[in-house]
Amino acid sequence: MAKAKGDISINIEKCKGCEICMDACPEDVIAMSKEVNQKGYLYAVKITDTCTGCTNCALVCPDAVITVFRETKQKKEQIATITNVTGNITVTVDK
Amino acid sequence: MSIDTLDRIETKVFERPTSLIDTEMHYCPGCGHGTAHRLIAEVIDEMGIVEETIGVAPVGCSVFAYNYIGVDFSEAAHGRASAVATGIKRVLPEKYVFSYQGDGDLAAIGTGETIHTCNRGENILIIFINNGIYGMTGGQMAPTTLPNMKSTTSPFGRDTKSMGYPLKITELVAQLPGTYYVTRQSVHKPLNVRRTKKAIQKGFEYQKLNKGTSFIEIVSNCPSNWKMTPVESNKWLDENMLPYYPLGDIKVPNEKEA
Repeated sequence: MAKAKGDISINIEKCKGCEICMDACPEDVIAMSKEVNQKGYLYAVKITDTCTGCTNCALVCPDAVITVFRETKQKKEQIATITNVTGNITVTVDK
Repeated sequence: MSIDTLDRIETKVFERPTSLIDTEMHYCPGCGHGTAHRLIAEVIDEMGIVEETIGVAPVGCSVFAYNYIGVDFSEAAHGRASAVATGIKRVLPEKYVFSYQGDGDLAAIGTGETIHTCNRGENILIIFINNGIYGMTGGQMAPTTLPNMKSTTSPFGRDTKSMGYPLKITELVAQLPGTYYVTRQSVHKPLNVRRTKKAIQKGFEYQKLNKGTSFIEIVSNCPSNWKMTPVESNKWLDENMLPYYPLGDIKVPNEKEA
């Protein structure tokens, strides 16, 4: 089974570069930037796509700059059957 | 778009709580105060009590707590936050009242107020941040400084013969019949952050039931005055602070009574 897929977004202008998120991340997704933000701190950046959305980084972030997203899989359900198609049809999913 | 992506929905699982004001905090990088503020804001958001909560800010690093947590706030004289919170709670008993104090405020100059507030069993929540040092004034020795721990006023380490022993005020107030829920938590690891949040939530819930004082100690770090990087300070906290200040509930309510 594939791992849960997550994503983080970091508010780099409020980040103070304490590196606690880097230490807390089990997947080593976060690293420190080579440039500084307006306050003069090296800020946290996402470097790989292996994030699982575990929220560890956001939980320990003292400045609450990290927002975490997680992709959740929805169960596939058969909602219709199409048979004997001739010509073009358009199917739209309204979710 | 493939069929696979249609089945995946991206949901936001963590974001900055709305009652934490969208501003930069003055705390040093890596300071546990920020995490503690955020947890209080999260609990207030989740319980939906933004309009009904009144905080009392102390003197110390967290003196500007009223600029960061978006609830009504009162500033107290040094050490007197629990006394001010008592007054507010008695005048407005339907409000949720909490005080947020550091170790220099609660365990040094405000020891008397703290002990008597707990002894009277006031229906307030006291949040006590213990980092073992006077942070705001430049790293002087606090009552909670560990034996042999260096500070600017104990440069050779705290000598227990002349400077006494670290004050475990949380165990002290747990002895008093007025306290209902006394616990010690920390915010240096994700697991501990989750536990601390639960403790704060319990504190607010017990206040609603008029059970008595809830007292939550949060063992925290002070990277600037411990003269370490934030990551090092969290490691130091784990190795040195926690053996002396063990985490866990010290006084838990009897659930049968509740």
